[in-house]
Amino acid sequence: MLASSSEGGSAYHPPSVAEFFPDVILFAGTPFAIDRVMLVRLLMTVVVAVFFLVAMRSPKLVPRGVQNAAEYFLDFVRKHIAEDILGREQGKRFLPLLTTLFFLIFACNVSGIIPLLNMPGTARVGLPMVLAVVTYIVFNYAGIKAQGFGPYLKNNLFPPGVPKPVYILLTPVELLSTFVIRPVTLTFRLLGNMMSGHLVLVLFFGASWYMLFQISDLWLKPVGVLSLAMGFVFTLFEMLVQFLQAYIFTLLAAVYIDGALHAEH
Amino acid sequence: MNLAEVAGNVATIGYGLAAIGPGIGVGIVSGKACEAMARQPELSGQLRTTMILGIAFSEALGILGLIAGFMFGGTA
Repeated sequence: MLASSSEGGSAYHPPSVAEFFPDVILFAGTPFAIDRVMLVRLLMTVVVAVFFLVAMRSPKLVPRGVQNAAEYFLDFVRKHIAEDILGREQGKRFLPLLTTLFFLIFACNVSGIIPLLNMPGTARVGLPMVLAVVTYIVFNYAGIKAQGFGPYLKNNLFPPGVPKPVYILLTPVELLSTFVIRPVTLTFRLLGNMMSGHLVLVLFFGASWYMLFQISDLWLKPVGVLSLAMGFVFTLFEMLVQFLQAYIFTLLAAVYIDGALHAEH
Repeated sequence: MNLAEVAGNVATIGYGLAAIGPGIGVGIVSGKACEAMARQPELSGQLRTTMILGIAFSEALGILGLIAGFMFGGTA
């Protein structure tokens, strides 16, 4: 539709999934091929590590500067995710995992709006899948360790307090929802949110670039300005989504672990 | 000319269809959470956590629709 009104400029290319599979930069053809998404992931991992190393280099009892900020974020995960959901004792036990999940996901999400990076590290299935698998292993391990293998399966597949014939329907549903749907939705929720967010940003900024500079149709210039403004609005919206997705992933991990620790009565 | 023709794969409009249910669900969840917070403001922290969990669960369906569109939509 837009391409037909172009006069001399190149045709408009809407963003597609190919956006997330850029050209390989290093080690092409091997399993360790490194492209832009991979570089962003590595960079953000290093940034998180360096940030906490610098902030906690020589921690003071009365925090100042960077340490203050780091403690504020760490406290947020500890109070509002770990201790809220898991309680004080179990929260302390799983705090390292939850903190790692939160900060890694948040850093890799935020790279989607950092200029020059402009690509969320979580926008390709690899990272979300690995994190979901880690969560899956941990909550099953915690459940089996707390209740024993048999009782853990029995509590999950045959929840007590239901008439016997209902199990014909209930058990397959529970099996599917606990052991298949949970990790799959953890993966897809993060992946889908980051992928769609990136596509929306590319769509708005790409469209404004095309309408302002690529074609000479004066009537489309105001639309290009509007599209640019919408791009900035959606960048703000993306910031909210990026924080929220890191929060939700960590919260769900905590909820799954909590559910596995306690038998249903 | 055929005005109401959808060419190609049904996955092309799949996300639109998949967004209806979660949209209603998220609306109900946050509306009810708002109501509860207005009744008992002292519980709002706990209610907010529960609300976000509820939103995450219903939102997953919409996200599945989006992913399915990319996976099975092809070039249609």
